[in-house]
Amino acid sequence: MSELRYEAPASLKAAAALLAKEKGLAKILAGGTDVIVQMETDLIEPELLVDIKKIAVLRKITAEKGGFRIGAAVSGMEMMEHAALCKSWPGVLDGVKLIGSIQVKARATVAGNLCNGSPAADSVPPMITAGAVARIVGPKKTREVPVEEIPLSPGKTNLAKGEIIESFFLPKRPKNSGDAYERFTPRTEMDIAVVGVAINLTLDADGVCTAARVCLGAVAPTVIVSKECAAALVGTKVDQAALDKLAAAASAACRPIDDKRGTIEFRTKVAGVLARRVAVKALERARRIA
Amino acid sequence: MSKKHHLAMNVNGDDYEFLCETHQSLLDVLRDELMLTGTKEGCATGDCGACSVTLDGRLACSCLVLAVECEGAKIGTIEGMARGDVLHPLQRNFLELNGLQCGICTPGILIAARSLLERNPDPSETEIRYWLAGNLCRCTGYDKIIRSVQAAAKEMRGA
Amino acid sequence: MSAILEKPGFNPDRKYKIIGTSPVKHDGFDKVTGRAKFAADFFLPGMLIGKFLRSPHPHAFVRKIDVSRAEKLAGVKAVVTRDDFPELKPGTGGGDMSRIAMAREKVYWEGHPVAAVAAVSETIARKALKLIKVDYEVLPHVIDPVAAMAPNAPILHDYLRTKGVKGPDAEKKTNVVERLELSVGDAEEGFKEADVVVEHTYDTKPMHQGYIEPQSSVANVSEDGQVELWCCTQAPWVYRDRLTEILKLDSAKIRIQQSELGGGFGGKTTFYTEPVAILLSKKAKAPVKMTLTRVEVMKATGPVSGTQTRTKMGCKKDGTIVAADSELIFQTGPYTGSAFTNAPQAMFTRYELKNVKTVSYEVVSNRPKVSSFRAPCVPQAVFGVEDVVSELAKKIGMDPIDFRLKNAIKEGHKTIYGETFTKIGFIETLEAAKACDHYKSPVPKGQGRGVACGFWFNRGGETTGTVNLAPDGTVNIILGTADVAGSRMSMSMMAAEEFGIPVDRVRSILADTHSLGYNRVTAGSRTTFSSGMIVVDATRKIIAELTRRAAKIWGVPEDGVIFEDGHCRPASSNVGNFEPLSMKDIASKTTYTMGAISGHSEMNVTGAGPGFGLHIVDVKVDRETGLTQIMRYTVVEDAGKAISPMQVEGQYQGGAVQGIGWALNEEYIYGADGKLQNAGFLDYRMPVASDVPMIDTVIVEVPNPKHPFGLRGVGEVPVTPTMAAVGNAIGECIGIRPRSLPMTPPKVLKLIEEAEAKGLLPKH
Ligand code: FES
Ligand code: FES
Repeated sequence: MSELRYEAPASLKAAAALLAKEKGLAKILAGGTDVIVQMETDLIEPELLVDIKKIAVLRKITAEKGGFRIGAAVSGMEMMEHAALCKSWPGVLDGVKLIGSIQVKARATVAGNLCNGSPAADSVPPMITAGAVARIVGPKKTREVPVEEIPLSPGKTNLAKGEIIESFFLPKRPKNSGDAYERFTPRTEMDIAVVGVAINLTLDADGVCTAARVCLGAVAPTVIVSKECAAALVGTKVDQAALDKLAAAASAACRPIDDKRGTIEFRTKVAGVLARRVAVKALERARRIA
Repeated sequence: MSKKHHLAMNVNGDDYEFLCETHQSLLDVLRDELMLTGTKEGCATGDCGACSVTLDGRLACSCLVLAVECEGAKIGTIEGMARGDVLHPLQRNFLELNGLQCGICTPGILIAARSLLERNPDPSETEIRYWLAGNLCRCTGYDKIIRSVQAAAKEMRGA
Repeated sequence: MSAILEKPGFNPDRKYKIIGTSPVKHDGFDKVTGRAKFAADFFLPGMLIGKFLRSPHPHAFVRKIDVSRAEKLAGVKAVVTRDDFPELKPGTGGGDMSRIAMAREKVYWEGHPVAAVAAVSETIARKALKLIKVDYEVLPHVIDPVAAMAPNAPILHDYLRTKGVKGPDAEKKTNVVERLELSVGDAEEGFKEADVVVEHTYDTKPMHQGYIEPQSSVANVSEDGQVELWCCTQAPWVYRDRLTEILKLDSAKIRIQQSELGGGFGGKTTFYTEPVAILLSKKAKAPVKMTLTRVEVMKATGPVSGTQTRTKMGCKKDGTIVAADSELIFQTGPYTGSAFTNAPQAMFTRYELKNVKTVSYEVVSNRPKVSSFRAPCVPQAVFGVEDVVSELAKKIGMDPIDFRLKNAIKEGHKTIYGETFTKIGFIETLEAAKACDHYKSPVPKGQGRGVACGFWFNRGGETTGTVNLAPDGTVNIILGTADVAGSRMSMSMMAAEEFGIPVDRVRSILADTHSLGYNRVTAGSRTTFSSGMIVVDATRKIIAELTRRAAKIWGVPEDGVIFEDGHCRPASSNVGNFEPLSMKDIASKTTYTMGAISGHSEMNVTGAGPGFGLHIVDVKVDRETGLTQIMRYTVVEDAGKAISPMQVEGQYQGGAVQGIGWALNEEYIYGADGKLQNAGFLDYRMPVASDVPMIDTVIVEVPNPKHPFGLRGVGEVPVTPTMAAVGNAIGECIGIRPRSLPMTPPKVLKLIEEAEAKGLLPKH
């Protein structure tokens, strides 16, 4: 075991440089709610921790083009306290609220939730359905990547060595649209999603769904963006028939595993149940957020 | 052998300096270096809340914070809850309503409950239960904990 | 031995001043300020940190352990392995205990300790563990007890032969420790009288006691072999005697001081860190602290037995139960000691049954050795019995509580284990349940209501204690029984009541093992009862002495003095016209009378009054996901006499919520590799605050005539019927009663589908 070093650079550039030149395992420390647990339980033995919380730009939520730019080191609680963000993207906040206890959310970040690479991460599906785009800063270049392209497999992301998520852009909420996220867990809190479903949909003046994005969590090695689920909603008034189709499509989209948290059969079935419930909630919100 | 980090932070209004290794948590430092053992360890993985403290005013698990991150931080622990001889209304109501049995979860729950009442002086039973969901108690079944928080909230509102 | 056992002096007309109130616990102040010292809060100068190396395999021979590289690491002060433990024969009590503390020939579960290190810091200790090389020969393992009973199962112990088996099987190698038959009457004949018979099979999973404080101890061994030990324990004297046995120590040379106990529930009745910390300290010549991590707590400290049971009962049309028959399999971990014999003794003990047959098996497998938990092994059996009872009631169209009342036992009942009950409060408990608001209110639409009953023997046993009177008339009490939730306060209250002084003038402390004689473990709901007897007895001795001294001061005969409300007074005006003497008046003059006044008592306490309870629960089940939500819960239980009602309520509520966890989510999940997959609070799902409602309580008080205040133990009963009650409620809600614990959403959802297919799903 080599010694663990800690750096808290003041700029993103410096952080990227530290990560890029480290030979051993280097980990970004934002909220630390995954990294510290993994160290404590001997799952990882990093040699360098790069604390990004001293980088001022990463700590802010700012208005941009009618939407929001959320710094990678903004905590869940900070997002929950941002009234305009909560109003625009209630579904994203549904996910953020479920990341963990109040204590955990005081530290945990959406970027960490994403980079941990768990298909069960609660904030990821609604970020994806919201069309969130991550700005990734690397030693050489900066790139903009839709959130759904980041997770590759459990624990793996498409971030290259030395790359850091700087922020997420959540676009302006379209008119007559709403989003929602729900998960299934045996306990009311302090649990990991057995299934999670996020839906973001837009209605026209007649209440017909013109656009929808549906994302399923914890039912495959990575979150699933389901075109079939979206297709079940678009062009409908999100009536019973559409919901039935949606539920069937959600169950059909699942490629889950049997594990300590749930069975294939259960996850497949509940994905449909949740999809239906989440669609109803998103619909209500779309009607409210005119 | 690597050198330890030398840091300073403020705990309950008092300034402390300490040395720590990188992997040591704030909880480790509070307990093992500063001898402030009122903050408890139940899991060290953020799942029980026994280690709850406030970090720059926010409720956090001290086991999920590295001590090296705490340069200049303001920490609030159970040791700073009473004012001299005068217990905080939460502390007194927990005593009077039997909100504790073994007491190992109590410091964390008191700190968490104080943080709730600072933001929301009149929480519903459901709000209290969800706010405290990160604090496990195996003894009480939560009933008397919730009642103690309700009674303290009422008293603090002057109702 | 002591008069109090013969004549406890229970007086139904006595008016209490302190008993029955709920004053603030004296030990509570330190617990709300963070000052209370739990086990991990002890620090000694020069203290080292000890850490365990544990087996990654569930079953393997340990060929060789090479610690040489670890020993050479700078900062490492001692390394301990099996070679440091005295050799004790396998299959004996001491031999098993020693091997649980540190593996010897084999490792028997994933997490079994194989070595330990003490170093100047935790970092170095952890590094050193990585330098220890263990050569294992991995063996096939078996986790499930039923699989362990199969003819071709991997055998854990070559020496094991099933106790209670005769004939050719008696000499076979086996994993079955014991077969126990406990019966009365003739069950087969009994069933012939039955109009209705119900039979089902059940399984329950191991649950963990779930105390929030991980085990921790500090051992300090001097050069001449004297051991000081600080630890969190429910049983300091039991630890001492077992430690002396497995480490070959003199009792006189080991002193154990219990810390505040951060929850135990039975799980802190046996040691884990302590023998190893002692050996490390002895080798390192410095104090050593060992604290388990939560993962270690989950993997290597006692869960409770999982079970497989079959239960059959029959009744007549009028509701009379005529026979019961049950077969029970208890998993115990790799060694015997599950206390499974409690189950056949307690499972039907509530009902007047003439014909009962029970056959129980205790089985070893490659899991951590089980440990006690509230009413050890009883809730698992009751999970089935109370289902069958409710189904019988339903089949003959009788209200479930009326059905239980019809068959309820009362004073004079001779139990299956031979005890004849004196006054018990089962009928009163059932009546109180029928009368309570919860039961009288209609079941809300879409919900299901379940009821179930439980019983626990309640225990007494060896107990000692001392009460001292100080010159200012205040009182301190020295107790040997661990305080798990507030028993010190109950003792202070009982002494204050006897003396007739305010409870604030009394303080109770917990002794180390040198300061009192032997005390049995705090378990089995025995502490408030047994130590209470001791305290009252010692208090009465002091009162007798006070009257003697007063008589001397006044120069009157002893029977001329009476004691009341903290004062000695002349028994009548004939004795003389003396000002009453307070306890302080007498205590402050002890130098002139006959020296200090204190009372001591030691007894093998008998007369614990059995406890009975009934739980009522309303649940809502999400028919699309199988998720169960507890909507309303009421515990009705006989406390005999509640010394401190708020503490009694706390026991009822805590027990019920532990049972709810066991009922709905808590279980040990093993992979095919024999490794535990949910060793932490995240995936071992204990109830959180938002999972449960308020828990209502009804304290029934049918005094135990064998105790001066009439009290009965209250700690075990509240967990005995919980899973059965929740199961019955779910059954009412969805039309099929779940019979496998935990009743998780996937299992319940399957039952809902089955109920729908069979047309059993209630409409709402
Ligand atoms: S010790 Fe920090 S949450 Fe359990
Ligand atoms: S009082 Fe013991 S864990 Fe809460």
